[in-house]
Amino acid sequence: MTVQRVRMLEGYRALDLTDERGFLCGKILSELGVDVIKIERPGGDPGRSIGPFWHDDPDPEKSLYWFAYNSSKRGITLALETDRGKGVFRELVNTADFIIESFDPGEMERLGFGYDELCRIRKDIILISITPFGRNGPYSCFQASDLVLMGMSGQLFMTGDPDRRPVNIMMPQACLHAGADAAAGAMIAHHHRRRTGEGQHVDISMQQSAAWFLAQTIPHWEMDNLILGRVGTFRTSSRGTLQRQVWPCRDGFIFFFMIGGQQGVKTCRRLVQWMTDEGMGNEFLQQYEWERFDMANATQELIDRLSQPIAEFFKTRTKKEALDAAISRNISICPLMSMRDLLDDPNLAAREFWVLVNHPELNASIPYPRRFARSSENLIEISRRAPLIGEHNDEVYGELGLSKESIASLRKAGVI
Amino acid sequence: MKTQPETVFSDLKIAAFSWAMVGPLTLKFFADYGATVVRVETSLRPCVTRTSPPFKDDEPGINRSGYFSHFSANMMSLSLNMNNPLGVGVAKDLVAWADVVMENFTPGVMDRWGLGYEELREINPRIIMLRQNGFGMEGPYRNLGAFGMILAAIAGIPNYIGWPDRGPLPVGVGAYTDCISPRFASAALIAALDYRDRTGKGQVINLAQFETALYFFLPGLLDAAVNGREPVRRGNAVPDAAPHNVYRCRGKERWCTIAVTGENQWKSLCGAIGGPDLATDPRFDTLLHRKENEAELDALLESWTSERSPEEVMETLQAVGVPAGIVENAADVFEDPQLRARGLFWPMEHSEIGSFAHLGSSMVLSKTPAQASMPSPCMGEHNEYVLTKLLGKTDEEFVELLAAGALE
Repeated sequence: MTVQRVRMLEGYRALDLTDERGFLCGKILSELGVDVIKIERPGGDPGRSIGPFWHDDPDPEKSLYWFAYNSSKRGITLALETDRGKGVFRELVNTADFIIESFDPGEMERLGFGYDELCRIRKDIILISITPFGRNGPYSCFQASDLVLMGMSGQLFMTGDPDRRPVNIMMPQACLHAGADAAAGAMIAHHHRRRTGEGQHVDISMQQSAAWFLAQTIPHWEMDNLILGRVGTFRTSSRGTLQRQVWPCRDGFIFFFMIGGQQGVKTCRRLVQWMTDEGMGNEFLQQYEWERFDMANATQELIDRLSQPIAEFFKTRTKKEALDAAISRNISICPLMSMRDLLDDPNLAAREFWVLVNHPELNASIPYPRRFARSSENLIEISRRAPLIGEHNDEVYGELGLSKESIASLRKAGVI
Repeated sequence: MKTQPETVFSDLKIAAFSWAMVGPLTLKFFADYGATVVRVETSLRPCVTRTSPPFKDDEPGINRSGYFSHFSANMMSLSLNMNNPLGVGVAKDLVAWADVVMENFTPGVMDRWGLGYEELREINPRIIMLRQNGFGMEGPYRNLGAFGMILAAIAGIPNYIGWPDRGPLPVGVGAYTDCISPRFASAALIAALDYRDRTGKGQVINLAQFETALYFFLPGLLDAAVNGREPVRRGNAVPDAAPHNVYRCRGKERWCTIAVTGENQWKSLCGAIGGPDLATDPRFDTLLHRKENEAELDALLESWTSERSPEEVMETLQAVGVPAGIVENAADVFEDPQLRARGLFWPMEHSEIGSFAHLGSSMVLSKTPAQASMPSPCMGEHNEYVLTKLLGKTDEEFVELLAAGALE
């Protein structure tokens, strides 16, 4: 007999008013067991127009972007602009522990649902606001897109080839840094509420979330007045020498760079051994004292002489061979995985990462991440595909105590 | 009436066994909100970030790395020699003391020390253990060195970066995935504390950094699964907006972004850059035409931006509601007035480095804001405090451990 495992946050409820700036927050909370109710405007959330689409059909019920970040949520429609809509929303707030929103600063207040107003409905509510720059401060009213935000976070400046302009990650990222931060922030506020009974307002800035991790960048500036630039396909030293780190292989690319030190020496020696075993040994590499390699003062001539045989070798290898060698020979190299590779990946399979989720109206099942973490005690797991427009109106409004007649009347009035 | 606790986590105790960045970044969600965080380190093999540049005055030293220190505010350091049974003994005392044990070594390391989950549970039945390895505890990749570039490439991220005529590119920040899993881990850990308080049950949570990284590229993965499509590199261009690019500004390596996402913004942009005919120019009058003539459009805009500073471009265009910004370098981010207003950096006096900006919290909580209460620790700085004050050892016991070399 299997024991039904419960979720950590069973019994809590979040109202999710976000657009694509904040979808991820509710997704994380839902996998932990929060009953997340996605509230869309009648007709559907604008996030449903973001591609890619199921079989490239730009239908609001077929956005893969929407699917990806709204799974496990229930979905209702509600016109927050209308008086009757506001009344229904107040009822909902009364049942909620968290409200997540990503309107422009001031919009919630304009709707009559600023933090103070929400507190009057539910004293200990936790409101999580996700905005491009934060609710206050000199840039709080600036317009933004992912490109602008990644630029203002310091991430963009460092990404790209040194001989070209900075280049952004094509998949919007600032919203995900912010959405994930919002989930952590919601839980910090929740912990405080459990201890004191006090709710609060969590203010998330997409710019700040994206700027939060810049590795050595900020200390290099503060300590050495050094501005780290773009590394691109090649790593550079402060003297301008270049070392390749993205290497073409037979069916794609391998990532590797030569470093000295203990770890680097081991990897370089093992790589040379692998080359030798495959009949592509190179005398210079075999005899080179890798302990001496230091990118900071290696000449370009030396770097090229070391790199050339490695480049020739990698061209004869496949991605899979590189990964196998990384595992069996303990070499710090890795192939660049394609999306297909990831869907078929043996490590993800061993951990049962992908799970097929049924989309009955598409007559199909689509693989989704089953969970972001495993727990020995609780169930952490995706529970359903993203909601259709207004899919849970009857269910949620029924739970709220609205009669079938009042739901029908709200529907007729365009409120839901 | 309940008395108001000082901080959110003032009664939360965390023992951390970590390597590189994922540990401290996860700990920050607790340390910055008042948790007592003890990081177990060893001077025999200091964390790679302690031995990585930049160093104060360019002089390497175990307590002089800006990399380590930037990310280690509000945490204590306990140095333990885990090859010494007495060192392991102290680690076990720490487990008995803690609510949470966090680790991110490759699988096997904790178990070799006798600190696997089952052993932890015997010491402390309510313990919550977070294991945040690169690839998880099982599966063929579990022993792969999981440093940033490897994880990013295995997660396929460089497929999404680059130009049509060139190959894939690494993320500039390198260990990009390091900042992804800590948010997920923190949320799960706080949820597990709630569950423990209601049921008395602890647990082990295992989170693979590789897997949470995929959450940041999910639409692309679904696109591959459903439509069989792989990402195609297209620089900064997007299908539904133009102009949308990075543009050269006046000065060396100065750049700005401009992202026009609607017709009103396009008209505002034309008005702001002073070209009255531009808005009606048939090459650019619709999104379709702007996409068709995007190279020309970019060149035209760049002739305007390249005579201006990125600050001037941002101010001019934001004033008329056009999304535009500085492509901020390290100095810009450090001085950014918005990030300053939100308190992203915490200057604190470090005993060997001097005044130094520690990284603050990534968010602002209205009633329990994050607090800078302690600079980054020197190696083993809190040995005596942890042993005598937190673990209740006598001074004699502390001296014995010291003499036995357990605290190295």
